[in-house]
Amino acid sequence: MTAITDIPDAPRAARRPQAGNPVLRWLRTNLFSSIPNGILTVVLLALLAKGIFSFVQWGIANAVWLAPANDSSACRAARGIGACWAIIPEKYRFILFGTYPFDEQWRPALSVLLFIALYYLSTRRVLWRRELVYLWIGALALISVLMWGGVFGLSFVSQDRWGGLPVTLILATFGLAFGFPLGILVALGRRSKLPAIRSLSVLYVELIRGVPLVSLLFMASVMFPLFMPAGFNIDKLLRAQIAIILFAGAYLAEVIRGGLQAVPRGQYEAADALGLSYWRKHRLIILPQAIRHVIPPLVNTFIAFFKDTSLVLIIGIFDLLTTAKTAIIDPAWQQFSVEVYIFVAAIYFVFCFAMSRYSRSLEAHTASR
Amino acid sequence: MTSDTPRPPPRRRLFGAWGPRELKGLFWQVLVVGIAVAVIAFLWSNTVTNLSARRITTGFAFLGREAGMPIADSLLPYSPRDTYLWAFVVGVANTLRVAVIGIVLATIVGTLIGISRLSANWLLSRLAAVYVETLRDIPLLLQLLFWYVLMQALPAARAAWRPVEGVFLSNRGLILPAIPVGLPQLWVLGTAVLGLALFYLIRRRLIAEQMRDGKPRPAWPFAIGLIVALPVAVSLVLGVSWTIEWPQLRGFNFVGGLTLAPEYFALLIALVTYTSAFIAEIVRSGIQSVPRGQWDAANALGLRRSFMLRQIILPQALRVIVPPMTSQYLNLTKNSSLAVAIGYQDVVSVANTTLNQTGQAIEAIALIMAVFLTISLSISFFMNWYNARIALVER
Repeated sequence: MTAITDIPDAPRAARRPQAGNPVLRWLRTNLFSSIPNGILTVVLLALLAKGIFSFVQWGIANAVWLAPANDSSACRAARGIGACWAIIPEKYRFILFGTYPFDEQWRPALSVLLFIALYYLSTRRVLWRRELVYLWIGALALISVLMWGGVFGLSFVSQDRWGGLPVTLILATFGLAFGFPLGILVALGRRSKLPAIRSLSVLYVELIRGVPLVSLLFMASVMFPLFMPAGFNIDKLLRAQIAIILFAGAYLAEVIRGGLQAVPRGQYEAADALGLSYWRKHRLIILPQAIRHVIPPLVNTFIAFFKDTSLVLIIGIFDLLTTAKTAIIDPAWQQFSVEVYIFVAAIYFVFCFAMSRYSRSLEAHTASR
Repeated sequence: MTSDTPRPPPRRRLFGAWGPRELKGLFWQVLVVGIAVAVIAFLWSNTVTNLSARRITTGFAFLGREAGMPIADSLLPYSPRDTYLWAFVVGVANTLRVAVIGIVLATIVGTLIGISRLSANWLLSRLAAVYVETLRDIPLLLQLLFWYVLMQALPAARAAWRPVEGVFLSNRGLILPAIPVGLPQLWVLGTAVLGLALFYLIRRRLIAEQMRDGKPRPAWPFAIGLIVALPVAVSLVLGVSWTIEWPQLRGFNFVGGLTLAPEYFALLIALVTYTSAFIAEIVRSGIQSVPRGQWDAANALGLRRSFMLRQIILPQALRVIVPPMTSQYLNLTKNSSLAVAIGYQDVVSVANTTLNQTGQAIEAIALIMAVFLTISLSISFFMNWYNARIALVER
């Protein structure tokens, strides 16, 4: 064998067909192709085995799975040698739904399911039609009714009692639902021939992208009341939502701008030759192609953005991460924060991993065309 | 050229040079700018009214007042009796301390992981893939809190872990042996930097000469002379001492050595692991973007592997790698502002405390934005310069 097998992505030299057991053959080509490679495999296997062994010891074998309500003595006894998963059944209602009235928590639970159904339907390529927009509007309205209540015999629950997973999903979904059209407008503005509109768009994008989201959130929570007329006060959640929409708009605008640049010049000229107006040209011809070009980076932006909503913890909004952090303030359970963070990380991971898998499949789909 | 054919007469327009298209453009611009100005004026007048109602004076005069806030961990000397201005400077230094070291470490780790993902060793590439997928799909703030909790759960100073002799890991942070750097040591380091710059210029000359006549001219004697021998000579002449200071446990705390506070250490770990996952993907796609024919050609020429990577693959991969890498460096810098969640006092945290103490919200946030815009613009300026340089190497 030549030395090139060590080089990343070197084209594999044609191997002599090897006789024998296919498992052995696989092992030889993938794990023991050369002596350094074999040593590396053995070292990695040893480390992996040690890692898995200690995790199984801590997370499964010595773990405490259930404990009587409000009693952390079993967990404290196992501290240091085993995980305390008992904190999850103890606290999961609070982590998932925050301080939403206990008996009404089926409403946020149903909202979460609606959100997930909405995401799922939006990924179906057959459903990418105008009706999808109506579906979104309808579902978001239904979710608002469920969360707020006050109609159809549902009791009213004010916004400051909302918390947990629904808040994370609300911030992310509304951020995208409003940030996306905003991003389209800004992207068009940035490519406009009109200097005043172009410079305003550039200024907006660069200002928002140049500063950390934390400072935008501070601005929303501290400065927004200063900007508004006296007596006009909007809710903290809505303020954060506005900051997140502005933030999403700037990032999405750059992705969409890339898509606009990828549309061939001939398409613009053809639209002009048809005598279409600026808006009709973009709505019917340019934007559908531009957005199709950038669907994979758009999904990646969505993932980044979904994770970034967790930053509202810093201004004290009860999203999923904040409820997790609050759940472990309870002195009896204080020492078991690692378990709670692993639980919440798993929830975030499921959402983001699903999105990234989806983005991968879209990429494969667009590449195959 | 047919100069005798008459030019078509200029088209008559209703408003001289202004056709309907230009008029429409003007209309839209006036409308949008008008709305923007109206919104800003509305917000501005509200702000002025609100500020006077709350008796908050505007302006940066508060920067000269005594800050009175504690900053536990800083490079620069600081006491709570210093001014707000100095507290800000200390905060900026702390932000830069995390950002610069974080960028260097994330680049190293990310490149290693990225190359591992392409390894012919199946196990290594799988493990690298798991690293990337896991870290990318969990919010950075959650990871930061996780590391911070782990840091706090470490044993007390007395029972500190000693993974290597002289290195202590405890709930006081990471303690490393260090060489105390004073003015004489700085002189030697300065000489080394000067030697590096000289070496760079000489190497450029040598390459240019090789380009002319094709004879290889080794650069390594100059490297040894300028980067190693010169600083050593200066060090010997000045009699600078380079004794390593080993940290020691005295009573309840450590004496000597370099201490990385738990907040700083947690922030650094979180930023480096998170960003390195993204950098790994960038490095991987960069290397994969080099056409296979280039590998084949280099192999056919019988080039040594290191030479091939350095001279053929990397220069081409870098063209794909550098632009997205710039955004990762910017992201890491901006993400360092999450420090506020665990109480490491970077510029955002200092500004937030200032804001709560003085009520000068507009000024504090303006300062944060000014600092980050300056850092962002400097990083993109530098990376664009570097990008332009490697783009030239291409021909």
